[in-house]
Amino acid sequence: MSDKKVRASALDEGRRSGDGRAFVGMPSFPEAAHEAVGDTTLRANLRHATHTIRDKRARAVAELDDWAALREAGKRIKDETLRHLDTHLLRLEAGVTDAGGTVHWAADAAEANRIVADLVRATGETEVVKVKSMATQEIGLNEHLEAEGIAAYETDLAELIVQLGEDRPSHILVPAIHRNRGEIRDIFAEKMGSWGRAAPEGLSDTPAELAEAARLHLREKFLRAKVGISGANFMVAETGTLVVVESEGNGRMCLTLPETLISVVGIEKVVPTWRDLEVFLQTLPRSSTAERMNPYTSMWTGTADEDGPRAFHLVLLDNGRTDALADEVGRQALRCIRCSACLNVCPVYERAGGHAYGSVYPGPIGAILTPQLRGTTSEIDASLPYASSLCGACYEVCPVAIDIPEVLVHLRERVAEEGGKGHRLEKAAIKAASWVLDHPNVLAAGERVASATRKVHPKRLPGPGARQWSDHRDLPELPAEPFRDWWRKNRT
Amino acid sequence: MTDAVSARERILARVRAAVAGAPEAPAVDRDYRTSHTADDPAAVLGLLHENLADYRAHVHRTAPGGLAALVAERLAERGARSVAVPPGLPDAWLAATDAVRRPDEPRLTPYELDGIDAVVTGCALAIAETGTLVLDGGPGQGRRALTLVPDLHVCVVLAPEQVVASVPLALPLLDPGRPLTWISGPSATSDIELDRVEGVHGPRTLEVILVVSR
Repeated sequence: MSDKKVRASALDEGRRSGDGRAFVGMPSFPEAAHEAVGDTTLRANLRHATHTIRDKRARAVAELDDWAALREAGKRIKDETLRHLDTHLLRLEAGVTDAGGTVHWAADAAEANRIVADLVRATGETEVVKVKSMATQEIGLNEHLEAEGIAAYETDLAELIVQLGEDRPSHILVPAIHRNRGEIRDIFAEKMGSWGRAAPEGLSDTPAELAEAARLHLREKFLRAKVGISGANFMVAETGTLVVVESEGNGRMCLTLPETLISVVGIEKVVPTWRDLEVFLQTLPRSSTAERMNPYTSMWTGTADEDGPRAFHLVLLDNGRTDALADEVGRQALRCIRCSACLNVCPVYERAGGHAYGSVYPGPIGAILTPQLRGTTSEIDASLPYASSLCGACYEVCPVAIDIPEVLVHLRERVAEEGGKGHRLEKAAIKAASWVLDHPNVLAAGERVASATRKVHPKRLPGPGARQWSDHRDLPELPAEPFRDWWRKNRT
Repeated sequence: MTDAVSARERILARVRAAVAGAPEAPAVDRDYRTSHTADDPAAVLGLLHENLADYRAHVHRTAPGGLAALVAERLAERGARSVAVPPGLPDAWLAATDAVRRPDEPRLTPYELDGIDAVVTGCALAIAETGTLVLDGGPGQGRRALTLVPDLHVCVVLAPEQVVASVPLALPLLDPGRPLTWISGPSATSDIELDRVEGVHGPRTLEVILVVSR
């Protein structure tokens, strides 16, 4: 069996155990998005949250007048890392090992899950506390551990909301972004009791009270925890140091109090030098939560005497990353530092929400990362490169300058070459449009007719295809006269 | 173990094959700023104060002679009757408080820590531009759990010697071999409607005392 096949079958298993609730057999993006945009609560929640953070991010970024230089440096550091990834990984392995840690390598989800389950079992424990980690979601670790009789408790507030609500994450940074405070209150009031300490009587929907309920609910779990599981934002090859950036302190609890710590981290998270952190510790918090610095950052190298876990295991995860690395256009997606700025500015994400992307990586970055990690054989994965209007806002805010539109177009080519359906209609429309654009008189006449008749334009478009388009959108208003006519009158 | 070895070799082989023949990446230009702040200790300290306060830390200033009284006042004000004491904390800092001292020798269990009201520590350094305190477990700071489980953290910063302007100036002063905790305000979350709320799992109150010696 070739490497690729081994990985593909393991990936399938990973996805089955991963998020059996919906990711497998997920409809294509347009179908899933169609349902989502009809949900007015979801649309309002997303709009409110993404607009709040969008403006704050812009202000936080504007504080640094060397942002462009930091962005370029971040991009180059990551590109250099990826170009010599083998060297940096080996150096990292040596650093972690020298400092008392143990390094494991996992080619795919199934391998990583097996390694982690074996490590937990060896401690004799049947429960673990978890820090929010995209990598462990990607491999479906919680579900795998559950099947092995090990309870995994999510401790990030948003992850807790998702776990208690038996829901799926819909945002990289704030997985419960699709829930408003009222919905969160209801989930806490109903579900906390069956997982541990119940929510206080008469819980209101103020964020402070909800945060307090989470504090009380999780504290007993932190205090008795013997095994913690995390991801990492960065791994420093030069020193063997891991870095976790967080806000709530749940990360510190999981990284500090247990006797055994297991970190599952994608191989692309390595940076070559300690100094490189000076770039990312400036760009990540501002891009992500729009803060000068996030409340807590933990850095540890192996194990320390008298401080924190006595055993540390690092599981280095490939799971499709080397496939992305082999694609010379697509590999830039591996620069991603998971800040989620691209989600917050994306007009498609804002309307469709994260679930429609059918992956733990939603939004623009998900649209280029998921098809590369999983391939484009399923309907959802083949449709993801089209989940974009190519407006380019994602590229502008990306702190490591990933040209997401470029990768989207590249992946569309790949899907088209593989002969996906749905390309006939697009070709016909483009053909008609090019004819009109090639005949200026036809275009001008059409514009004049459109302006003259604008009072009688319907609010929705008629006809198959067009009607569906306007079910969830408002038609733009046409100006009183075409620009060409206005120009002729006023400027010639 | 053979499995693990083969996974390692397989991944490394795939990495090498994936980038074989790829052009070298352009060299990293570090033409960003080392600091965004004027090189003036008073201005840097002012910025630290402002940024700590902006993220809801309670910031106080004192001359060295007033430290013990200020520590006692902050603990009393917050109703702290017990205080965890990291190894190496100068006795003088706690000379004026009547809170019960709970030394971390032998190590306090997580449950014991949960029953203690406050912790008083020093720090390794503080970063003005981001309003950040960095602890490295050195004398007077203790292990990481000490500043995590109690609900009130009183942190003493010696100015100007422990204050740097920026992240690029801080990193070379820190030892990656020690467990490091960077603290920028009390614990907080943005998980409910992306709106920041202070106070989740870490200390909900952070009192910072800037000891200004000149």
